[in-house]
Amino acid sequence: MFLLISLAIISIIGTIVPQGTPPPEYVAQISSAKLKLYQSLGFFDMYHSWWFVLMLYLLTVNLVSCSIKRLPYIWKIIKQPVTVMSSSFEQSLSNRKSVKVAGEPTVVSEKLAAFLKTEFAEPVVTEADGIIHLFAQKNPWCRLSVYFVHLSVIIIFIGAIIGSLFGYKAFVNIPEGESVSKVMSRSGKPIDLGFSLQCNQFSITRYPNGSPKEFKSILTVMENSRPVPEYQNARVIVNDPLTYKGITFYQSSYGNAGNYFFLLTDPDGKNEKQIAVSATSQATLPDGSTLRVLEAVPDVSPFIKGLSGPAAQLEIYSASGAANKIIAYGNYPEINSQQARENKNNFIIHYAGLEEKMYTGLQVAKDPGVWVVWLGCLLMVVGIYAAFFMSHRRIWVRIEKGTVTIGGNTNKNQSGFAQNFDALVEKLAAQISREKK
Amino acid sequence: MLFNITTFVYLASMLLFFVFLASRAKGVGTAAIAAAYFGLLAQSVAIGLRWKESYDIGFGHAPLSNLYESVVFFSWTIVLIYVLLDLKYKYRVIGAFVMPFALLGMAWAQLGLNTGIEPLVPALQSNWLLYHVITCFLGYAAFAVACGISIMYLIKAGSEESGDKSAGSGIMSMFPPIRVLDDLNYRAIMIGFPLLTLGIITGAAWANYAWGTYWSWDPKETWSLIVWFVYAAFLHARITKGWVGKRAAWLSIIGFAATIFCYLGVNLFLSGLHSYGGGK
Repeated sequence: MFLLISLAIISIIGTIVPQGTPPPEYVAQISSAKLKLYQSLGFFDMYHSWWFVLMLYLLTVNLVSCSIKRLPYIWKIIKQPVTVMSSSFEQSLSNRKSVKVAGEPTVVSEKLAAFLKTEFAEPVVTEADGIIHLFAQKNPWCRLSVYFVHLSVIIIFIGAIIGSLFGYKAFVNIPEGESVSKVMSRSGKPIDLGFSLQCNQFSITRYPNGSPKEFKSILTVMENSRPVPEYQNARVIVNDPLTYKGITFYQSSYGNAGNYFFLLTDPDGKNEKQIAVSATSQATLPDGSTLRVLEAVPDVSPFIKGLSGPAAQLEIYSASGAANKIIAYGNYPEINSQQARENKNNFIIHYAGLEEKMYTGLQVAKDPGVWVVWLGCLLMVVGIYAAFFMSHRRIWVRIEKGTVTIGGNTNKNQSGFAQNFDALVEKLAAQISREKK
Repeated sequence: MLFNITTFVYLASMLLFFVFLASRAKGVGTAAIAAAYFGLLAQSVAIGLRWKESYDIGFGHAPLSNLYESVVFFSWTIVLIYVLLDLKYKYRVIGAFVMPFALLGMAWAQLGLNTGIEPLVPALQSNWLLYHVITCFLGYAAFAVACGISIMYLIKAGSEESGDKSAGSGIMSMFPPIRVLDDLNYRAIMIGFPLLTLGIITGAAWANYAWGTYWSWDPKETWSLIVWFVYAAFLHARITKGWVGKRAAWLSIIGFAATIFCYLGVNLFLSGLHSYGGGK
């Protein structure tokens, strides 16, 4: 009966596990090509959708109910071991052996108890009808390890729930020299930090081949507009975050926060004027069109063959709403004029450099549940280790006049135990025969 | 270069294993396994030298940073796990079904991938890189070995079912008994599963340290979870429902297919946080 119930429950596990896998697989497969699309459709949150969460709950309920079903049985094995090896029980053991011994059972029993204590584990002695039974076991609790693994999954879920209820993930950009006291959560809600954070400097170091080596922000934590001593000029790089009052700041991105400068002239080259365009917004030109800087580089040669020097890629929206992209160069006024003619722009735009001012982009996270998650992970690792590599080993000894019968059993690694058992019995027999002489 | 030697030695080892299968000459088997050991040694030295070279150039990182290095490391771990199994259980012939994986990895790495030592991008500059990659790949390698063993199981079980008497005398007699293959399959997964678990956990710990999120449903993370589910199902099915033999072998092969997709498919076809392991 018990077997039937457990089988039914286990088959539910069997169906839930594979069922739980196709949805993420499906998402994983479309995510590459349609990342943008499904971000805009909100599919990105599929893992938080009700049916996915429901699946996780079902898995949890399953783990719990399955564990509860089997636990009393396992508990009985651990807490109320069979300490007497009857002959029918003996037949059920795969490892057994009889040795002839001389001497009184009580004396033999004492010797064997001492032997088991040093070689295996301390035995429990039971006497019934003039027959003495010894029972010794090792690692009985490792039968519980599977349940610890199941429990660890639940603990990890609890940690994740704590994190999602009491923590947040957010993002903030801080231009050099400025400070912020609010960050923007992923759902677009501003969150007050309770202190402010100033970015003193952001810098990039590069390898000789030009690929980035380090992104570094120098940050200062301010309480009531005063720097907090230990958090002054703190260095934050990728893989080395800053934590203050349970809130952690991770180096994540960067960009230019300064102004770009352009020289505008009429198509005939007259009426020169300088305009400044902020990196983070757009500027309105005299004819009502607007201009936005997409990207600017100090040297254009890697991107466009044959040209060099500074350049900026711009997007211009005319007053009527039409958009076109041009590249404004610093060193090639003639190309700039030609582009203006081709696009029938009212201005020729020359790039005139930028103000050196970076902003640092920081990922902000507060997760009070993370320690619970690590605790769960630790439990899982220990549990899996115990479940796979440790076994509950039991040895029974029945001492009758003239004979000692030894039986042993294990719940895992039968062949390994059989070898150990044989070695143990051999040693025991050797010891007994030595004492006889 | 030593990596090329390694590739040739693995090729030689694999061919010797095939000859061993066909000829059943003991000496050939010994030569095959000796070649595998030698290849492992040569590859270890080669990886060590590459590591040193990266310090000499001034980048200074473990050779685990791009697809080439990871494929090389993968084939190294496969041979390592096979050698460990051989030391413990002495079923040489398994090599004929495991060495091809290692050879395939090396050949692809040497012929098709960019072998240059590149500087480490800031995201990878962490000690977690070592722990994470080593645990994951040892896990993958154990699954690869389990897959090879499962294929052997299916071949042998198939030939026994078709009932030909020659099974006792032909190539099949070289295979370990199916009961042993089944047990070895379980044992290899028993090694791989805890390692994969550790790999996922170290990955989560690193992600938390670098980005503030221990789990972000990145394709790689999701796929590693899928792989974990498949092998967890394998273990549950085996222990509680007594799924052994053919079904276990198929589950093991499916698990390895998922592993390969998790490792290569995600890097080559999907974008995500693990993109540095990508093709170029």
